[in-house]
Amino acid sequence: MDGWFFDSVLLGCVVSLHQKVPFHFGKGSLVKMVALKMQLLLTFPLLTVMCSLCSALYFHIGETEKKCFIEEIPDETMVIGNYRTQLYDKQREEYLPATPGLGMFVEVKDPDDKVILSRQYGSEGRFTFTSHTPGEHQICLHSNSSKFALFAGGMLRVHLDIQVGEHATDYAEIAAKDKLTELQLRVRQLIEQVEQIQKEQNYQRYREERFRQTSESTNQRVLWWSIIQTLILVAIGFWQMRHLKSFFEAKKLV
Amino acid sequence: MQGFGVAILTQVIWAQLLLLGWARASELTFELPDNAKQCFYEDIIVGTKCTLEFQVVTGGHYDVDCRLDDPDGNVLYKEMKKQYDSFTFTASKNGSYKFCFSNEFSTFTHKTVYFDFQVGEDPPLFPNENRVSALTQMESACVSIHEALKSVIDYQTRFRLREAQGRSRAEDLNTRVAFWSIGEAIILLVVSIGQVVLLRSFFSDKKTTTTRVGS
Repeated sequence: MDGWFFDSVLLGCVVSLHQKVPFHFGKGSLVKMVALKMQLLLTFPLLTVMCSLCSALYFHIGETEKKCFIEEIPDETMVIGNYRTQLYDKQREEYLPATPGLGMFVEVKDPDDKVILSRQYGSEGRFTFTSHTPGEHQICLHSNSSKFALFAGGMLRVHLDIQVGEHATDYAEIAAKDKLTELQLRVRQLIEQVEQIQKEQNYQRYREERFRQTSESTNQRVLWWSIIQTLILVAIGFWQMRHLKSFFEAKKLV
Repeated sequence: MQGFGVAILTQVIWAQLLLLGWARASELTFELPDNAKQCFYEDIIVGTKCTLEFQVVTGGHYDVDCRLDDPDGNVLYKEMKKQYDSFTFTASKNGSYKFCFSNEFSTFTHKTVYFDFQVGEDPPLFPNENRVSALTQMESACVSIHEALKSVIDYQTRFRLREAQGRSRAEDLNTRVAFWSIGEAIILLVVSIGQVVLLRSFFSDKKTTTTRVGS
């Protein structure tokens, strides 16, 4: 997302609000106004960083709970995940904006259950990985409950945003880096989209082959099993009769 | 002082979001265990057009309960045991909207649910673009291709989910056939040997009873 644009808009908002502020303060409150302005200005970089999650989807997670999300992706696809955590403050009965010392443990497993990313991040972080095998990747998050007292029966609010493939590219950055005109940037976006569609279709071919193999294997197994079962039944029948016959002959009943 | 600063900050955030016409698309696939309910929340500005689309990928009869509430707790959408649905609404008030998926009616099947929650329109490629100016023919061609490709990607996603359904059923069937054939072989052997042993036991210990000889 375009950080400079955000900053300029935010500055515009705060400056316009700041104009109204002197009406609320009385004389001799210049120090207070400056302090307020400093406080608001200091939040600019923070907001720009957090802005990508300002209105992201969020959910609640318990202390030892592990939340897993599945991403079925083709190979060589980049996945970027942003998350932000907030802890519920019982005294103020609201969620604190940021809690230091609260970390989240992120673990990413590839389709063969091999761990490709296993790291601990702070209360706010960003993780990236690129898939090398196509299939279902599992992204799991759980909090490191070292600060037991912090939770005390509360829930943790986690803002999460996972962008896959083409959605993960930052076009403004590409435009600035390669100095592209508007038309060139649009065409670049189309190229990326088409590449993603191609990758997905390749992946679909691979999945269809796996599906076909599974069906063939089931077919084979059912076929072999019915033959073997018939043979087992017949053989057991013979064995039973033979064994009982010899048994009864031994007992002089027959 | 502190409270006032926080209040201004909150207003600034809402103002900024309003100015930018914030757009988000969150799509996630998660596992819903049996008897579980999972809720997601999203802060939405009034007047934003939002779409919630969900599909059950694996598990049981591929159905799940879904419910969407507005910030005041009014139910905007509620469906029981739905396999796939798409719901569009326009936010009538600012606040935190909540949508929940529930698998409470199921006793032992885990479900995998995919959902896509789109808030607002897509962000424009150029944030400082003047939308009033007319696009050249090339640019409008690019825009229409982009929209068409977006719907292609959408269809691909839906197709992938349906195919995942079929594939998971097939793999399930495969493992079940394997287990069942081995299990039945074992049961057959056990039962047949057991029959013989039991029959032998009827005749072996009874020395006092007269053996009836069929003639």
